[in-house]
Amino acid sequence: MGSLLSACGINVKKKKVEEERRLRANDREFNLSFKYANNAIKTSKYNVFTFLPLNLFEQFQRLANAYFVFLLILQLIPQISSLSWFTTVVPLLLVLSITLAKDLSDDITRHKNDKQVNNRKVEVLIDGELKTERWMNVQVGDIVKLENNEFVTADLLLLSSSEPLNLIYIETAELDGETNLKVKQALTLTGELCNDIQRLAAFKGEVRCEPPNNRLDKFTGTLVVGGETFALDNERILLRGCTLRNTEWCFGLVLFGGPDTKLMQNSGKSIFKRTSIDHLMNVLVLFIFGFLAFMCTILSIGNAIWEYQEGNSFIVFLPRADGANASLSAFLTFWSYVIILNTVVPISLYVSVEILRLGNSYFIDWDRKMYHVKSDTPAQARTTTLNEELGQIKYIFSDKTGTLTQNIMTFNRCSINGKSYGEVVDFAGQRVEVTEKTEKVDFSWNLLADPKFFFHDHKLVEAVKLGSPEVHAFFRLLALCHTVMPEEKTQGDLFYQAQSPDEGALVTAARNFGFVFRARTPETISVVEMGIETTYELLAVLDFNNVRKRMSVIVRNPEGKLMLYCKGADTIIYERLHPSCSKVMEVTTEHLNEYAGEGLRTLALAYKDLDEDKFAEWRRRHHEASIALEDREEKLDAIYEEIEKDLILIGASAVEDKLQDGVPQTIEQLAKADIKIWVLTGDKQETAENIGYSCNMLREEMTEIFIVAANTAEEVREELVNARKKMSPESGDEPPMEKSRFLGKKSQVVEDEKVDGEYGLVINGHSLAFALQKDMQVELLRTACMCQTVICCRVTPLQKAQVVELVKKHKKAVTLAIGDGANDVSMIKTAHIGVGISGQEGMQAVLSSDFSFAQFRYLQRLLLVHGRWSYLRMCTFLRYFFYKNFTFTFVHFWYAFFCGFSAQTVYDEWYITLYNLVYTALPVLGISLFDQDVNDRWSFQYPQLYAPGQMNQYFSKMAFAKILLHSCYSSLILFFVPWAAMWDTVRDDGKDIADYQSFALLAQTCLLIAVSVQLGLDTYYWTAVNHFFLWGSLSVYFAVTFTMYSNGMYLIFTSSFPFIGTARNSLNQPNVWLTIFLTTILCVLPVVAKRFLFIQFKPTINDKVRHKVKQAKAEPPPPPQRFPRRRISTRRSGYAFSHARGYGDLVTSGRFLRIPVKSRPALFSKNESPVADSTPQTYISIFEETQNP
Amino acid sequence: MKNEGETAQRPDNTAFTQQRLPAWQPILSAGIVIPGFLVIGLAFIGIGVGLFLTSQTIQVLEMDYTGVATDSSCFRCSMTSSQNCTCEITFSLDKLFTGPVFFYYGLSNYYQNFRKYGVSLDYYQLSGDTQYFTSPQSVCSPYSYDNQNRPIVPCGAIANSMFNDTFELYQIINGTKNLVPLDGKGIAWWTDYNIKYRNPSFVNGSLANAFAGTVKPINWPKPAYDLDSTDPNNNGFLNQDFLVWMRRAALPQFRKLYRRITEGNYAAGLPAGNYSMTVHYNYPVLTFDGRKKVVFSNVSWMGGRNDFLGIAYLVVGSLCVVMSIIMLIVYAKFKFSDDDA
Repeated sequence: MGSLLSACGINVKKKKVEEERRLRANDREFNLSFKYANNAIKTSKYNVFTFLPLNLFEQFQRLANAYFVFLLILQLIPQISSLSWFTTVVPLLLVLSITLAKDLSDDITRHKNDKQVNNRKVEVLIDGELKTERWMNVQVGDIVKLENNEFVTADLLLLSSSEPLNLIYIETAELDGETNLKVKQALTLTGELCNDIQRLAAFKGEVRCEPPNNRLDKFTGTLVVGGETFALDNERILLRGCTLRNTEWCFGLVLFGGPDTKLMQNSGKSIFKRTSIDHLMNVLVLFIFGFLAFMCTILSIGNAIWEYQEGNSFIVFLPRADGANASLSAFLTFWSYVIILNTVVPISLYVSVEILRLGNSYFIDWDRKMYHVKSDTPAQARTTTLNEELGQIKYIFSDKTGTLTQNIMTFNRCSINGKSYGEVVDFAGQRVEVTEKTEKVDFSWNLLADPKFFFHDHKLVEAVKLGSPEVHAFFRLLALCHTVMPEEKTQGDLFYQAQSPDEGALVTAARNFGFVFRARTPETISVVEMGIETTYELLAVLDFNNVRKRMSVIVRNPEGKLMLYCKGADTIIYERLHPSCSKVMEVTTEHLNEYAGEGLRTLALAYKDLDEDKFAEWRRRHHEASIALEDREEKLDAIYEEIEKDLILIGASAVEDKLQDGVPQTIEQLAKADIKIWVLTGDKQETAENIGYSCNMLREEMTEIFIVAANTAEEVREELVNARKKMSPESGDEPPMEKSRFLGKKSQVVEDEKVDGEYGLVINGHSLAFALQKDMQVELLRTACMCQTVICCRVTPLQKAQVVELVKKHKKAVTLAIGDGANDVSMIKTAHIGVGISGQEGMQAVLSSDFSFAQFRYLQRLLLVHGRWSYLRMCTFLRYFFYKNFTFTFVHFWYAFFCGFSAQTVYDEWYITLYNLVYTALPVLGISLFDQDVNDRWSFQYPQLYAPGQMNQYFSKMAFAKILLHSCYSSLILFFVPWAAMWDTVRDDGKDIADYQSFALLAQTCLLIAVSVQLGLDTYYWTAVNHFFLWGSLSVYFAVTFTMYSNGMYLIFTSSFPFIGTARNSLNQPNVWLTIFLTTILCVLPVVAKRFLFIQFKPTINDKVRHKVKQAKAEPPPPPQRFPRRRISTRRSGYAFSHARGYGDLVTSGRFLRIPVKSRPALFSKNESPVADSTPQTYISIFEETQNP
Repeated sequence: MKNEGETAQRPDNTAFTQQRLPAWQPILSAGIVIPGFLVIGLAFIGIGVGLFLTSQTIQVLEMDYTGVATDSSCFRCSMTSSQNCTCEITFSLDKLFTGPVFFYYGLSNYYQNFRKYGVSLDYYQLSGDTQYFTSPQSVCSPYSYDNQNRPIVPCGAIANSMFNDTFELYQIINGTKNLVPLDGKGIAWWTDYNIKYRNPSFVNGSLANAFAGTVKPINWPKPAYDLDSTDPNNNGFLNQDFLVWMRRAALPQFRKLYRRITEGNYAAGLPAGNYSMTVHYNYPVLTFDGRKKVVFSNVSWMGGRNDFLGIAYLVVGSLCVVMSIIMLIVYAKFKFSDDDA
């Protein structure tokens, strides 16, 4: 709507630019002197008095409406006015009032929301006591008290909290879409104030900070208390839009209120997207304006000549108030014809286009086949103005995690001490495909087992029960070496909070196999090992990061032995193994390769006994490093490196990154529709490649898969060029730019190049950064566009947007970005169409998307069915709309040559008024809402049907030119056939029938019937509604005509309905009907013949499929169910692990674990999303994969 | 079993929302198009023949009496500006002109369809609303008031330019002129005569008094209430000639019904023989290069004579037949195969 934006925009502009904010706690007088905004927000645009004037003012700023008004003004000049005022006013009023009603209802909603938000209650410290106040009355500098689960009132400086160390926990879902809790901490100084009202009321701190801005991650300011200055950063700030969690209460000082808060400063900044048809339409409207001026010029020249030759002498009978002046008359005629021919500029078109897009959006919302039962999420068209572009997509940019994959990890296989587990074999030793019916391992012996965890190989559980030390070590490692948070609400009901789903899956696996990670304190880890409560002393967590690609813990077991447990990428771990385990290594490598071939994510696990003295010494240095002020990270890494060596390999784990349902099939369908799919993921190259294979984007049978992973710009360029030369040896160094239409204006568009064979391209983030540099962009684009599949890994959110932008800029193609997380927002906003995966945690992607649904596989229905239909309907609509309006208007043009260019209309004024609004409105709407060339089943059967949209075949400048010619032909028929038929003729009783009124009636009836039949010809899909609209409109035409030309109407409104009796006198004449019949046939038959011949000569894919449908007379068979192929490959899969730094710091710092677990409210509320409940053996990540810079 | 809440947002399963409305899906297949063209073609040829033959049976006699040529009888009248010039046109019929015969006058290069001319009338005046007698609507300008600022009734250019040539038709039988009775009643549209146009209510029993305070249109020799001195009921706005004139023509060449020949000996038509027509030549057209003519015509079910429709139907019909043959050939030759879809 953009209203929010403008509303805020106006507010911001009005104020003087604030350079620094100064405020004093508990000092309203001082703070009021700066006139800061209070905490009331206003997202509504109007109030009772300003609604009408403001809304009308806005509406008239639109070109179409302004044009209406311009016409109206012209019509009020008597010398020019060639049509009565109502021909313009009626449509204008209709358009205005529809928009008015829509804006009104929107604004009422906003008013309600504002009111609700502004009237929320909060406790404010006023005059030394806490008073309940409405949000809107909270002022900057006030101290407010928040309680658990309350929304944060304004942007606050955290003063004190109920929790130890002045910590509080907040959820920022409304702000950035992340559902995990964040920790904020107050300054120690203010924290001491606690909830002592007296001391809080006496608090006189003065804050100086940055002016209001929209950066959520940054805050700078100082707090001065009693002459002492404290630095303030983002850690101390609570932003409006967050929710307080797990914290009994906290106090905060209001820094920014209402419109100044970061939430409000961030709102409404969405980019207004327009479709390519919108752009084309704008060009066409300009052209039409030119064309209108051209026609009017011709007619005014004609008028000048006529006035000069005939008019002057005809003056005897013609009224001339001011004498005949050919040039003045020509000038006036020009404007008179601007009025009459105004219907070429399709004003009602914009309204109709909006209506039909809205209708098609509803069809998306209503589609049960895009409704996800498990998460109870229907598809949603959040932007209702982009539908037809769904039928023109050429490039899809997809996120991986959560989009292609479920972001659900399942512990599938493991290799322990050279023995592989997890494979299901039948009695004959053959591998068996795991299905729903496969017998599951029974974990009922373990009371603490997670019931949602399934495993199919009984051998492993037997090994555990037999007490194999390696197997025990394996699971002990999994139970100890992680940063997962446990939560035990009731006895035995464990819930794990992990920042990487892989970790969660591994810990859960250990839990089910009898090594239950139960609780942790900063110093200890409690594990129930095979039913026995065991406590390990936690001495150090060597946390994960992207360089280390491993994590370790150092623990002291109950026996007092020091142990280091480490898990990490196989390559990394292998480098640090003790030479004694080379044998296990060999076997494990084989297993790892096998797992990798199946697309599993692997980790190698190892341990080491530590020496007490050495460790003490190491610990001291570790402490030094950890408090170092400079290069802390590097120093720590070096220290870690020292101790993580000579490890003993236990084995490897393999976790399946589950694909979403139907992903490979969807990708195959989209590929058939000639849509190119690029995966942009933050994952590592190995993981991304892996998924590329498992979802059928990369295939073994591809000619070649290029991998660009270079370290310098030159190398990247070389690799790109080499890849391109390999694909197409004859491709030149200069990119094939599209010939520019306008001289001097350099076209940016790179043409597609032809390649033989199928290729894939994988490029990592580092190389991508080089490749996206200005001088290499085009090189990247050329190479990438020649490939069937492109996978970019380790991509930052910004790079995602850059890649999309690159394709948008250099390819004349429509792009679609699909993703689910906050890191996809930039690309979703950049692409022509953004699709968000909904129904999972994190709403950010959905909120900035144009369409959202729950499963990636719905994309094929959205594009191949809804998109295709929308495009088809929109184009049919536009073609027909232009046709009917041009035809309508051109008849006036021809008539001009027979009425002395006097701007005499051919039709009755009422007909002119109602033609677009009533007589032809519904049928065309019917076709543009219900038409379908073939139904959805056939659309899936032949994805090739999608191609015409990508090539813009149905509506382009060329198509427009054809319409223009077609209209020209039709209007010639529609004018000259009645003209010739009525020439000097009379009624069958000898009376007049060649009079103006009868002629007008004949011409308008011919026109209406001809365009209606044309509509029928354009309709592929005749539903009852179409019939009703078409025949209904024709009947309405005759009913209205007979009514308007009736005696009664004339007697009541004498001068408005002078056509009295015309219908009766004229429509009972056989020659009138014969003329109507003839014009209709002449208008339509050539079109039929042309279409028929084209079907024979050059059948389009559409014609072929329709023909087939007709012959088949039955629905196509449902697509065969395909099982993903098992791929045996020697490729080494990537290991995967959490991509963000874990909770390591938090875990060891003990900041939040000081109080006994039981007395605290739940730190992490259980995720109750239906996905989690209904999906077996799941583990949901709370972190969207984030990026290292 | 799923409970209600879990699928609360599931869209309705109706044919409408799921876009499964039953529909008829015609395609342009050869089986429809080719026979269709043939049938339409044959039908058109049939209609065309009928129309053409009908049109041929209609007799039309047109005579230009503008008097442009120096040797024409009305040349004299076209030169003078005198109001009461008469001229005589003679013609002969060599066979019976079947009745009822309609007598038209025709004008060409006359722009009754000029926009400003067309709007120059006051419907309120013409429907007898005397309020508008004193102050005619401004659209009538410059024919709303005369130069002494008296309101003109009926105002406006159309009324002012009313055709005022009159004709008398004689059959010459053995040298004597035998007046052919002309019927001036019922030549206007029923709706015009009965509804659209109404005279003002009589004042003191006289139509003339109702027009008191107004003046006649400038070009008119007589005021509206005295248009037909022979028939008091044919006066004012309900004068049939006035009504015919006020129904302005669509095109710059038009004919308007003047009289019908339906009475007496001529009810069956005009017998063969010599005729003479006296023209009271009043209406100037030569200044704008216009032409005047008289037309005698009879009618058929399809109205007056117009060959266009018949010929058009014949041509279109033949084209359709030809087209269907071409399409048949194309279809036989190019018929696309189904397997490459």
